[in-house]
Amino acid sequence: MKARRTVAAALSVLALTAVAACGKDGTPNSDTNKGGSAAPQLPTYQVNADAKLDGSPVWTKAKAAGKLRIGAKSDQPFLGFEDVQTGKRNGFDIEIAKMVAADLGFSPDQIQFTTINSSARETSIAGDQIDYYVGTYSINDNRKKQIDFAGPYYIAGQSLLVNKDNTAITDAKSTEGKAVCTVTGSTSVDNIKTYNAKVTTFDSYSLCVEKLLTKEVDAVTTDDAILKGYAAKNQGKLKVVGEPFSKERYGIGLKKGDAVLQKAINDALKKHEDNGDWKKAYDATLGLSGSAAPAVPELDPTTAS
Amino acid sequence: MGIPFEDGNFSLFVRGFLGTIELSALSALFALLLGFMLAAFRVSPVPVLRGFGTAWVTIFRNTPLTLMFFAVTFVLPRLDVHISSFTAAVAALSIYTGSFVCEVLRAGINTVPLGQAEAARSLGMGFGQTLGLVVLPQAARAVLAPMGSVFIALPRNSAIGGAFNVFELFSVQKTLTEKGYAIFAIFFWVALAYLVISFAVGAVFSALERRTAVAR
Repeated sequence: MKARRTVAAALSVLALTAVAACGKDGTPNSDTNKGGSAAPQLPTYQVNADAKLDGSPVWTKAKAAGKLRIGAKSDQPFLGFEDVQTGKRNGFDIEIAKMVAADLGFSPDQIQFTTINSSARETSIAGDQIDYYVGTYSINDNRKKQIDFAGPYYIAGQSLLVNKDNTAITDAKSTEGKAVCTVTGSTSVDNIKTYNAKVTTFDSYSLCVEKLLTKEVDAVTTDDAILKGYAAKNQGKLKVVGEPFSKERYGIGLKKGDAVLQKAINDALKKHEDNGDWKKAYDATLGLSGSAAPAVPELDPTTAS
Repeated sequence: MGIPFEDGNFSLFVRGFLGTIELSALSALFALLLGFMLAAFRVSPVPVLRGFGTAWVTIFRNTPLTLMFFAVTFVLPRLDVHISSFTAAVAALSIYTGSFVCEVLRAGINTVPLGQAEAARSLGMGFGQTLGLVVLPQAARAVLAPMGSVFIALPRNSAIGGAFNVFELFSVQKTLTEKGYAIFAIFFWVALAYLVISFAVGAVFSALERRTAVAR
């Protein structure tokens, strides 16, 4: 009786260890590839202490409270990423959020970041839960009915992420018959299907990247900005290829009707694009992927009014 | 509100609905076979088989299903085992549900008085005959209700497959959400579809219960 129990216990322990080991296998590796001392440095931004946005209810309230509430993503490496151990955020979108905040008169320690998922963005902006949102937020007419945009500050497009040694896939056309991974339900699914690719879908891009690293799929597809982040995280293993085959204009989402704030954010974007901060921020984040910075986008006349 | 009837969404819904049914039905079949085998192991006179059955149930009944999907989808390829996403989903669901089926059957077997097995054995029946001809038929009545619960849970658990490259009802929800339909309306239709499946499974088990009912 006792021997049987021991055997059973030993078996379960063995099996559990196996399961535990599996779990570890799937853990996303933390940012070990941040680059050495020669890596490009992030810019620092001069806080404009004289900022005064009369007529902007959002700014007036934030100034009175002494803090600026910014919505962002937390799961996009080198774009909008939160290190859960330190609670620090980094990435290109985060830098954009910070440079705008500096011009509005808020120092980095006055910024309060909140993670907000794609499906809840409009409601949290309209519902006053945040002052503005920076996180791969495509400007489109449907969203403009509920909120206003500043920008665009970056023009992304659907592109392809492949293993460094892959020479077979060079553009969207060459994905015919190839296994391509993207997120369940996303617009990227329909786009890539038009090129007759075999589509694999998971809940998040990090799972697709995992499948790409084990070569279960040939490519991962979505906006190039997101892909560059993963390429930067897996330096030397992955690369972004092909001309973007769609156009996503990333803007900063803010409360509808606050034209003063919208203009101030647009001015801030213009200023930091002109003085080189934008390029520096790109080089120190998405630029680590090996892809050169795209052209700085023109401000949209409909948001720059 | 009539989302399934707009813009060609109907075929999407039908595909998702059939996907859920196909995944659930296949998994139910394998879970049932696996559950019978494990239950036989657990009540068998061979210690090694009993140990195996116990270990299986302990591990897989206590592992979150999502973790099981992760294991079959992301760990097996690293061990150079390559199977399709659908096969992987069926495997994860059957392995998980099989351990529940096993425990339900074992509980059913325990409701049969020990004297029945002893009488069978004294007639010269072996283990297989005792279990198959005497014990299980009597246990079946007792297990129908809890077995119904296990198989109603299965189609709903299969929704996890939607996040692991199997197209089913949950993927329909994701696709429609991305297209920008009102979230409440999408959930209404998807929930209704699950309800239809669960009701059908429940009705089958109710019918079985009525047919096997005996006065005690």
